[in-house]
Amino acid sequence: MRKILLESLLRRPLTEPPPALDDAELAQLGSALERATRRGLGRSLAIREVDAGSCNGCELEIHALGNPYYDLERYGIRFVASPRHADVLLVTGPVTCNMREALLRTYHATPDPKWVVAVGDCGVDAGVFAGSRAVVGGVGDVIPVDLRIPGCPPTPLALLRGLLALLARTAEGG
Amino acid sequence: MSRLLALAAETPARGHRPWPRGEVDAAGWTAAGEALAAGSFELLGLWGERDAVHMALREPQADVIAVLTLACPHGEHPSIGRMHPPAIRLERAAQDLHGLRAVGLPDRRPWLDHGRWRRDSVGEAEEASSEAAAGYPFLPVEGESLHQIPVGPVHAGIIEPGHFRFTAQGETVVRLEQRLGYVHKGVEALMVGADAARMVALAGRISGDATVAHALAAARAVEAASAAEVPARGHWLRALMAEIERVANHLGDIGAICNDAAFALMQAHCSALREQALRAAHSAFGHRMMRDCVVVGGVAAEPASGGLDAVRALVALVRARFPALVELYDETASLQDRTVGTGVVGEALVRQFAAGGFVGRASGRGFDARRDSPYPPYDALGVEVPIRAEGDVDARVWIRIREVEASLALLDRLIDELPGGPSRVAVPARGGEGMALVESFRGDVLAWVRLGAGGRVERCHLRDPSWFQWPLLEAAIEGNIVADFPLCNKSFNCSYSGHDL
Repeated sequence: MRKILLESLLRRPLTEPPPALDDAELAQLGSALERATRRGLGRSLAIREVDAGSCNGCELEIHALGNPYYDLERYGIRFVASPRHADVLLVTGPVTCNMREALLRTYHATPDPKWVVAVGDCGVDAGVFAGSRAVVGGVGDVIPVDLRIPGCPPTPLALLRGLLALLARTAEGG
Repeated sequence: MSRLLALAAETPARGHRPWPRGEVDAAGWTAAGEALAAGSFELLGLWGERDAVHMALREPQADVIAVLTLACPHGEHPSIGRMHPPAIRLERAAQDLHGLRAVGLPDRRPWLDHGRWRRDSVGEAEEASSEAAAGYPFLPVEGESLHQIPVGPVHAGIIEPGHFRFTAQGETVVRLEQRLGYVHKGVEALMVGADAARMVALAGRISGDATVAHALAAARAVEAASAAEVPARGHWLRALMAEIERVANHLGDIGAICNDAAFALMQAHCSALREQALRAAHSAFGHRMMRDCVVVGGVAAEPASGGLDAVRALVALVRARFPALVELYDETASLQDRTVGTGVVGEALVRQFAAGGFVGRASGRGFDARRDSPYPPYDALGVEVPIRAEGDVDARVWIRIREVEASLALLDRLIDELPGGPSRVAVPARGGEGMALVESFRGDVLAWVRLGAGGRVERCHLRDPSWFQWPLLEAAIEGNIVADFPLCNKSFNCSYSGHDL
């Protein structure tokens, strides 16, 4: 273990630096996200992730936000275990009939002010599962949605971009 | 002659490829159930439709696979689950989805149906459904100083929904009972009437982490039904994707298991390698998870220029970094203390359930569809299948480690020996029946399809490996402490969505 820790000290961090020319978007995202977080919600944002019926593809990319390349926590954004601690519900879909009540209960357990982000094509409008009698629809068919991040699944960068848009809105007082 | 072939040959169905399918009567059906109970057959899948029930079986001794069908004009069939417990959940699902009654089924509770589906057809009782929604009778528990811990469906981490009902005595788990079905999306119902392309796209969304394997299984079933031959390059590119998917998932799992033992260092390093695998997949095939890249007839597109070099670079990177991580895992006593001897599943149980993937291999069952029911290009490449006997969390980690190494070697050869020519062929839209068995990172995926005359799907069934792994998790946790459940669960990493469909 000593060797790996030492190597990590000597090697440059994997975390991608914001101001890279070909990665200008991520750079812009990073600093803007930081500003908005401070203005709207102090220095941190707590997210509760809810899988309301996804195929688990979205979950994998949401997980990836925590890897050393994206390192979501450097922006003061973190995932929490309980909706009671959350500012934001990050919901993947489609919302199945069997998960509808659990989603509603999670929503009501989240204190105000709260925001809901619908993740993925299925979270937006049930995607390829639209029309199934086991599916209610997109997240917006069950709880009010503030932001939609499409993609199948959305890339970690798209997720980061989406969280920025949300923060810009919350900073405006929306 | 094999007993299974003899059963399937009684009234053979025409045009079922590549394995035979035969209609049996109730006596033949029951005989197959007895052979399952005796351990001479393995259950690959059991699924229903409106007026029939099908069962895919393997006879390991004779190396034979076949499908048996029993017509159910009155919606009834003798239960296999009463003789062979691994069939119980499958029969409960067939009961929910197709109204088939398995006579003698020891557990008649609904499984996927939580009483909440939209009942579109007029006349179906709304009352019955709301009654089912009101309460699900968990198995009764009796005894001194027992307490119950209900968990889920919304869990604390970023994972899929399902309900776990623990009964514990002090810290020790006396029983775990799972309740699944929360993410049932009616995938198979959506496939009915669809064309083969949409069917494969839906299959690729059954379990996001195994999108390549599920799409491949579905596509191979369609190709078998249509008697189409995919060009060699198509097979090789598919295998290239499947091995990248395997490496990416195993890396993610190894890190996540260690993380559940509070060893975050491993998670950081493994998740960085996993990210590189996804980026290589994006460079080569245009999508980080290679979704919709496997299509009927081959692959959606040729690899992008420079894409194969990205995969080569990935192989070199993992080769350079992974050994130190393996050493770290092996030499960290505090980590081993959590994984060794935790969540043990015995070989008898794994054989009874015919559990595949790392769950089976960690407990002494070495089945791997790439080797034991080979399909191109693995029939030409040969596959090394690691096997352990311990059956604990540690063994399931080691199987993943060895499979990462084996997949790297396969990736080398898949790139170096990649044949030229077309990578896709047009598949005529015609009727037929086909089945496929494909090895996902998690174990063998079974796909079965019946196409109508115009190539439209009449019935399609996909059986995720999780069906035969979830029940073993209930056994693995028995006698362990509650705090070790996340560790056991992660070492199984069963798919909720793949199971719930």
